[in-house]
Amino acid sequence: MEWDWDFVWQIMPTLLEGFKITILATVLGAAVAAVIGLALAIARRSPIAAVSRTVGFVSEFIRGTPLLVQLYFIFYVLPDIGIRLSPLVAGVIGIGVHYATYTAEVYRAGIENVPRGQWEAAKAANLTTRQAWIHVILPQAVPPMIPALANYFIAMFKETPLLSAITVLELMNQAKSIANSNYRYIEPMTLVGVFFLVVSLISVVGLRWLEERYARMDD
Amino acid sequence: MASPIIRIDNIVKRFGPLTVLDGLSIDVMPGEKLALIGPSGSGKTTILRILMTLETISGGHIEVDGEQLYHMKKGADLVPADERHLHRMRKKIGMVFQHFNLFPHKCVLDNVTLAPMLTQGVTRADAEKRAMELLDMVGMADKAKSVPAQLSGGQKQRVAIARALALSPKIMLFDEVTSALDPELVEEVLSVMKRLAAETDMTMLLVTHEMGFAHDFADRVLFFDRGKIVEEGKPEEIFRNPRQERTQIFLRKIIAAGHRV
Repeated sequence: MEWDWDFVWQIMPTLLEGFKITILATVLGAAVAAVIGLALAIARRSPIAAVSRTVGFVSEFIRGTPLLVQLYFIFYVLPDIGIRLSPLVAGVIGIGVHYATYTAEVYRAGIENVPRGQWEAAKAANLTTRQAWIHVILPQAVPPMIPALANYFIAMFKETPLLSAITVLELMNQAKSIANSNYRYIEPMTLVGVFFLVVSLISVVGLRWLEERYARMDD
Repeated sequence: MASPIIRIDNIVKRFGPLTVLDGLSIDVMPGEKLALIGPSGSGKTTILRILMTLETISGGHIEVDGEQLYHMKKGADLVPADERHLHRMRKKIGMVFQHFNLFPHKCVLDNVTLAPMLTQGVTRADAEKRAMELLDMVGMADKAKSVPAQLSGGQKQRVAIARALALSPKIMLFDEVTSALDPELVEEVLSVMKRLAAETDMTMLLVTHEMGFAHDFADRVLFFDRGKIVEEGKPEEIFRNPRQERTQIFLRKIIAAGHRV
């Protein structure tokens, strides 16, 4: 098997199309994971036992089953009860909610790290619970958790090839269809690996910077 | 004679199996400066935390400024207060904490302006003007743009006092406000509080281990032990002429430990 540069340039536009979708899915998935994760973390702290326990159970359930199964469920099973989603939407929801159960743990640790005295000061200042969250607790809780969140988003990025299983035309899916129709795997699969490696390496540098910037925010 | 601004009526406070306060009653008159002294674990701080609604009560009633604190009227009945009622009642009360509890992510000025802007609908300009007056009063105006991490303990506590005053509560609670400070920083906080006590007609409750300060600051001193008032009276009586043996022992120990009276 010979490496064919002409073939590489020929398939590059298609792979870049797929790469765009990969990035889009990652960014949207990260946004979903960030928002839903926060909601889960706050609901988990609810004084209403039914709420906190239900959320705890659902999170445990999502974390305890494979992402691939969940994606199949959202894309192929939900239509049976009338919920039809486009591949990308189903993929973003699937991957976003799955990772939300992990980001929720990051938020939870961050929120618990805010000293009790801050809640008490907010109460003594007559803030409502909502105002305390927005103006006192979250601004302190979030910066130290940014590196951990970024870490999960990088992991999520590397799992986006799973979306090819539900026909999202992301990088892996494009590479597979090129390979299948040309009977050549080495170039498309190598390029997929290179794309992921480059982004991951850049992300790791970015992550180091975030850690420097935020990890030691104490006091 | 005016009626009490705080009427603590036969309250009980339990933490699990531990009963901290057992049938305690105190009346505080408007403008009165009250010092609560006594050994650690005697329930002094718990009283302040209950008044600030940071703890609930297990029994009894508290009236603040003519209204029930932990109960509200529902028709003719008195029912446990909901969060809305508590929120409204908290307007009347401010608190300064042992460990300052400043908001570390906000500068000194924003620490003082945050609550008035959020809870009283004050504009930023008005809130900042008032905040600067208060910071000036506690001698912290030149640090308005600093963040809490850049301040000494004494400076933090003076900012915390300004923050609590910014809401103009009728009642101020001071919970061991000098206990977390290095000895050389205690005086700057006490002098601010002395001026405050002399200049305002705010009702003030103070929990402290600074006996000399309690003596100068208070109109009335309550000596607590195990959740009960052992002795109460004017500062001169309590400190110069304690009648109860437990008060005498406590004061002797405090003096032996190097605190001034």
